[in-house]
Formats: sequence, C-alpha cells, structure tokens
Amino acid sequence: MSIKKLSFVDNKSINAVAIGGAVLGSGGGGDPYVGKLMAQQSIEETGGVEVIDIESLPDDALILPIAMMGAPTVMVEKFPSGNEFAQLIPMIEKMLTKPVAAILCIEAGGLNSTIPFSAASKLGLPIIDGDAMGRAFPELQMVTFTLGGISATPMAMVDEKGNGCNYETISNEWTEKLARAITIEMGGAAMCSLYPVSAKDCKKYLIKGSLSLIHHIGSIIETHSFNAYQILVEELNGVHLFQGRVRDVERFSEGGFNRGIVKLEGLGDFLSRDVKVDFQNEFLVAMEGDKVLATTPDLICMFDSNTGAPVTAETIKYGLAVNVLGLPCDPIWRSKEALEMVGPRYFKYDIDYKPL
Amino acid sequence: MIRIGVDVGGTNTDAVVMKGKKFLGGAKSPTTSDILTGVENAIKSALSESNTSSDDVDVLIIGTTHFVNALVQRTKLAQTGVIRMCLPSGSSILPFADWPNSLVSGMKGTYKLIKGGYEMTGAEISQLDHNELISAARELRDMGCNQIAISSVFATVRGDMEQEALEILTKEMPDLSITLSKSIGGMGLLERENAAIINASLRPLAAEVIDSFKLLQKSLDLSCPMFFTRNDGTLIEAKEVVELPVLTFACGPTNSMRGAAFLSGLQDALVVDVGGTTTDVGEVKDGFPRLAGTSVMVADVRTNFAMPDVISIGLGGGSIVATKEPMAIGPVSVGHELLQKATVFGGDTLTATDLAVAAGRCEVGSNNPPSISSIDKLIEILDKMVSDQVARARTSNKAIPVIAVGGGSVMMPNEIDGLEVITPKHNDLANAVGAAIAQVSGQVSRVILLNDEIDRDIAIKDVTEEATRIAVKRHADPNSISVLTLSDMPLSYLPGNNLLINVTVVGDLLMEEL
Repeated sequence: MSIKKLSFVDNKSINAVAIGGAVLGSGGGGDPYVGKLMAQQSIEETGGVEVIDIESLPDDALILPIAMMGAPTVMVEKFPSGNEFAQLIPMIEKMLTKPVAAILCIEAGGLNSTIPFSAASKLGLPIIDGDAMGRAFPELQMVTFTLGGISATPMAMVDEKGNGCNYETISNEWTEKLARAITIEMGGAAMCSLYPVSAKDCKKYLIKGSLSLIHHIGSIIETHSFNAYQILVEELNGVHLFQGRVRDVERFSEGGFNRGIVKLEGLGDFLSRDVKVDFQNEFLVAMEGDKVLATTPDLICMFDSNTGAPVTAETIKYGLAVNVLGLPCDPIWRSKEALEMVGPRYFKYDIDYKPL
Repeated sequence: MIRIGVDVGGTNTDAVVMKGKKFLGGAKSPTTSDILTGVENAIKSALSESNTSSDDVDVLIIGTTHFVNALVQRTKLAQTGVIRMCLPSGSSILPFADWPNSLVSGMKGTYKLIKGGYEMTGAEISQLDHNELISAARELRDMGCNQIAISSVFATVRGDMEQEALEILTKEMPDLSITLSKSIGGMGLLERENAAIINASLRPLAAEVIDSFKLLQKSLDLSCPMFFTRNDGTLIEAKEVVELPVLTFACGPTNSMRGAAFLSGLQDALVVDVGGTTTDVGEVKDGFPRLAGTSVMVADVRTNFAMPDVISIGLGGGSIVATKEPMAIGPVSVGHELLQKATVFGGDTLTATDLAVAAGRCEVGSNNPPSISSIDKLIEILDKMVSDQVARARTSNKAIPVIAVGGGSVMMPNEIDGLEVITPKHNDLANAVGAAIAQVSGQVSRVILLNDEIDRDIAIKDVTEEATRIAVKRHADPNSISVLTLSDMPLSYLPGNNLLINVTVVGDLLMEEL
C-alpha cells in the first residue's frame, strides 16, 4: 500500500478528506458534510491548512486536539458560529501556560475528521497527520491516549453563544459523563478541546498518517465510485464481507445512542445468504447466523453499491444495495487492555474479538 | 367526475380524459418551446378523441417541467435574498454554501444573518429583533431583491419565528415576496434553506406560468378548477404553485409511475418508463413512488424536499446504435426526430427501435430494418442495461412485476431481472393518466419530546391529525384519508426520548368543496 503523503489541504482536497472520513466513521461519527462545508468556508478565507508530521515538532511542543461533541442531528440544523475555536485556544493556553503548536484530529472518522481543519485554518496553525482512534468511536475515553494514561483534561468546551467551560476530572470516563451533560445544556452540540498532549506523548500514541489515509480513501472513491470497494479491500488489507440489500432496519434509542440492527439479503456472489449488522452509532458487529464476520474494534464499513459512497447507520434505509467491508483496525486496539475499552464485550455482546 | 390530466414532457405533451376510473381518450402532441401551444393541442385532441365537451370537464390537472428547466438553464430566475434567523449560531456555514457559482450569480443571490432560531428543545437561541429583521430586508431590497427566502434554525421543531417574520415583513414591506423554509423542506437547515431559495427565485416565473395557463384554460372554454401535480404524486392548487413552485419539480417521473400503477391495477411494482432518449426506473408501493432518502440534488444543489427515487439511464427508443466494437446503445439519441431518422421509418440511422423491430419484439414503421449480424449481442446489451437498473431499484427479492410504460416500452423483453413484464393498455399516456388520478396530501415532520403524558402512540396520533387537517384544507375528502407514510426515529445522543416523526396522509379530491 503506497499512500501519498498529504502535506496541504485546500478547498478541493478537503472533499476527499471528508469522504474518506465518512469511511473510517464505520457508519457513525456523523456525516462529515457539515464539517466539510465549515472547513471549506474557512479555507476559502485563509487559503488552506498545512499538514505536518509529528516527528517534525520538538518534544515539548503542545498539541491540541479539537472536536465536536454532541448530536450530529443538531449539527445539521444549528451550525457553529465559527468563533468557538478562537475562544477555545486561550482557555487551554491559560490552563497550560503554553502556546499551542499544532492542531490534532482526535477522531479521523465521521464529522470530527473535518472539524479540526476548520479550526486549524481559522487559527493559522498546522494540523498533525494522524489521530487517536483511526476510526470513529462513540465515547470520549475511547482514544489511544487513554491507553497511555493521558488525561482528557484539562479540557475546554464552548458553545456558539460564547459560553465556555473548563473540566478537571479524576478519569476519562468522568470527563465523558460531565461533558455530555454540559453538551446537552449547550443545545445538543458544542466544540471542545481535550487531551492536550506534548509532542513527546503524541509521538508514542498517535495513529500516524491517518489524515493521508482518509484523503487517499476519499480520492479512490472519487475516482472509482461503485468499484472503489474492490480497490479498498486490496489496498487496506480488508475483507469483502458481504454484498446485499437492506431488508430491514430496526432502530431503538438506548442510553442516548442511535442503536439498531441492519438486516441484509445477499446479492451477486452472496445470493441466498443473510447477514445482520448491529450498530451503536457505529457498525459494531456483523454476523451471518451464529458466525461472527467482524467485530469492533475492526472497522465495518458499508458502501452504496450504486455510487460507492460510504453509508452511515443514521441514514441507512430499506432497499439500499450495499457492499460491506471489514477493515483491520490499528494494531494498538488489539491488546487485551484496549479490547476491554473498545472490544465487543464493552458494548455488551457476548462474543470475543477475532481479528479480521 | 370528468378529469383532464396533462403531462408536459421533454419531447411530448400528453393529455387524457378520464371519467372516474375510466379512460375515455387521450392524445400526444409535440412539446413546443412556449409549452402552452403543445398543451393546447394535446388537450384539444384528447377532448375530441374522447368525444367530451369542455363544459363537461370537472377538473383540469397539469404536470409541467417549466420550473426545473428554468433552474437548469439558469434563466428567468428572480434576484433572491436570504434572511437566516440563527445568530449567534450559524455563521460557520453561510447561505449558498456548496452551490454552483453560475446558479448563485444567475439569481444574484445574497444574504443576511440575524438573531433568532430555536434549539432542538424549542427554546429560543435568541429573540427575534424586529428592527434587525426589517433593516436586513430593507438592505436586501435596496440591492434589488424582491424575493426573500427566510430560514430559521429548527424551524421543523417550531415554525412560529418564521411565521412571525413573514407577518412583520408583509406589513412593513408588502412589495416583498417571501418564502418560508418550513413550508418546503424537512430536517437539515442548509438543505431546507436551499429549497426555499430555489423556490423564491422561481416565484415570478411561476406567477407568469400560472397566468398563461389560466388564459389557455379560458381559450379552451374550460371553466373548471385547475390543479397542478406535486413531486409526491398529489395535487396542488394553482394559487399554491405561485407560492411554492418547487413542489412541482419532479412530477414527471411521479406521474408516470402513478399512471403505470393505475393502468395495470398493481399497487406494488417496479416501473420502467422508456422514452425517446432516457429510461426512468422506479418503484411504487401502495400506488405511490418510493421517495429518495435524506437529501436530493436539484440542479447541483442539495435540498431535502420529497422527490421520487428514480434511476435514469440514457436508453430510449431513439438511442443511436453502434454496431461495431465496442458495441453500444445510446446515450446519444435522435430524440424527437425518431419518425424521420430511424431506419424502420425510412431514415438512415440505426436506433434502439430498429433493433426491437429486427428482433421481432414489435412491429412499427413502414420499412423493414436492415439485417444486423450482431443482433443477438445488441439485444443482450439492451436487456442488460434495463435489468441492471431494475435490480438497483428493487427493494427486496420478492417477485413483484415490472410495469413497462412510455413510447419505447415496445422494446422491452417479456422478463426483466427474472420478473414478469406487464405492458398495460394506454401505457404511452401513463404520465398524463398519473396526473388525472392525483390525490390530495398533507405532510408533517416534527420532533416530539416524549414524557409521562405524551407517549409514542399519542405523539404519532397528534402528528397524523395535523397532517390530516392540512390535507382536508387542501380539499381532501375527510372520509377518504389514509396514512401513506409514517416513520419515527429516536434522535441520538440526547437524554429523554426525542422522536422525529414524519407522517404523510392522502385522500381523494372532494370537488363539491370548491
């Protein structure tokens, strides 16, 4: 697999980044469209965003992840003001008494794959080529930094009205709990900065090259549309799990998450076979009868058979023909400790993780 | 009740006369550049075909492509200004984001963001400032915008702020013409706002079109009420079209699918509409087309109003055939010149129609087609083009029939993708029949926070009643109302149980009310 290194993102390449981000969203993380438009608007004003390698920074440089927290359904109605980032940075700098050297994307899947580009562009800061998930996950503590014992706090959160909130917590699970409660008070969506890290720690726990990767994936889909999945399987060491049509989507709200089951009926080479895919924001488990095809933390991604575009669990509907791919997660997620945090049992499935 | 249904297509304008469910007669006439002459010719021929006097006609129903053409050609678009009620939110994505530049400049689009809008709970983001609203509108008017599109954050949860803005501006500046986003689109501020902008830019043209249709109606001595068909296969009054022309955008494919279902007597089927240049494939359920998902592209702009889910391919009766490798059919077509250019009509161009005649699928024209050595291979290509689209349009492996309609339907095989093909009588007029049988609808999309008093059933019942009131107001017979689509979806990440409920009801047109 040879992936062209991304060194600069302009108005055009952000499109490929958004498509690739939706793929690593693994069905969740929200539609990156809104994030892409935000990034496009600020890139229009500033010219573009420089993408740099973490190795190019001194160990003591402060790296600041930026993300949106809340409901993607709110994001499609209530757009940020655009001033949130300029308010976040001084809040963090005041707490850490240090200037920010670069922006980091914490979640290269879904909406949060594009939001940091908007921040970096507005603030005139470079963005690090990498992230802390290599995909999308539903909870704040599910980042590689947690495995390194790095705290999510000091964390800052602001809303579009100008309200700001600082967090100091005893664990990343508590940060998740408190931040979610405040997000709701802020109207269902807020911009936040969390896991401020030194370049030294970042070098250790970063999933490197993920921005180049999503740009590469997006470019493949832009070029090859409905055939793209075949190239993706080959280039990303993935598995073509299934081709089928959505025969049923069962949805239920549980614990504030968008949960459900997608039932697929085979097409093409998969005729007369049935597969079901469970989701909790992201696609978590794909099963054929009792046989597990793939589980979290490996990525289960669906692509519209007609257009090749990635499909999200929120918008998937009856009748859609899809190709289902399993893509291997970053090896960091395959340790026992990591699987306790993001493996199938954490999401209450009585099955063991078997790597793709 | 005698109804005339008219469908203005790209090539032909069709008209039919129907008495209740009985087909009395119909006719085709070439679509003219002014549209009206073609409509007039088609109606006159249909009346004489059916031996019907214009006095006996109870209602005239028209499906037209005027508005989408204007948008695609960027012609006759009014200068449009947007007022978005959102501040302090909203500035990170401005109106007209992701639009083609030529379309923005075609309508000299401009905008103002002001305080206002709602949270998803229905609480105000900020209060509407009347003076700010009025001065924004004044500035836009000074720039030359007589058309104003107003959007507000979460207008689908609470529409009162848009309504209030409309009332204030109507009083202060009665010369402005105003479109509210809540009247058109569903969830998604940008998509709903886009739909409102497109609508606003088309309103002067809509007024012109409706006036000319009224004149035509007079010259044809049709004193009956006139309706137009909406994208969802239901009716809209002429005065509503003047306000909401976008609701008629995609009525062509819808009318054809509805007509196909009606003519074949099938409620659930796939429909293949084969025209001169393109073939549209879609699905009907309960006699109505299946609608596209969350967002729909209209002239390269992302919108979210209800449109049928149709796949179009460049294959029609006039598609030009390449017999040398690589063999291909279409997408270039002789179009409306089929009757001159196709070999079976004495011309010198080999078209898909010639293939069908050569393969013995139909007998049309006066001449024999030339002998084609690769006929089997070409027919295989033709059938594969259609069956691929039918496979894509299917929503299950259930064996439902395929209804073939349109002038080119004679080319279709007896079986597509393993499904039986039915070619109903009068299929070449299916789209005009679809217009003639259109019903009345009411649609509501709302987020409801469930609590001890309001459970899911009560919430759905409330939304359904609201949709019914809308339908009855549009002259639906209250006794004929049935729920066409009902969906509810829990909204993620939020505590409490927020349900997004969408309901569409339909009913028969009640003429006595008019």
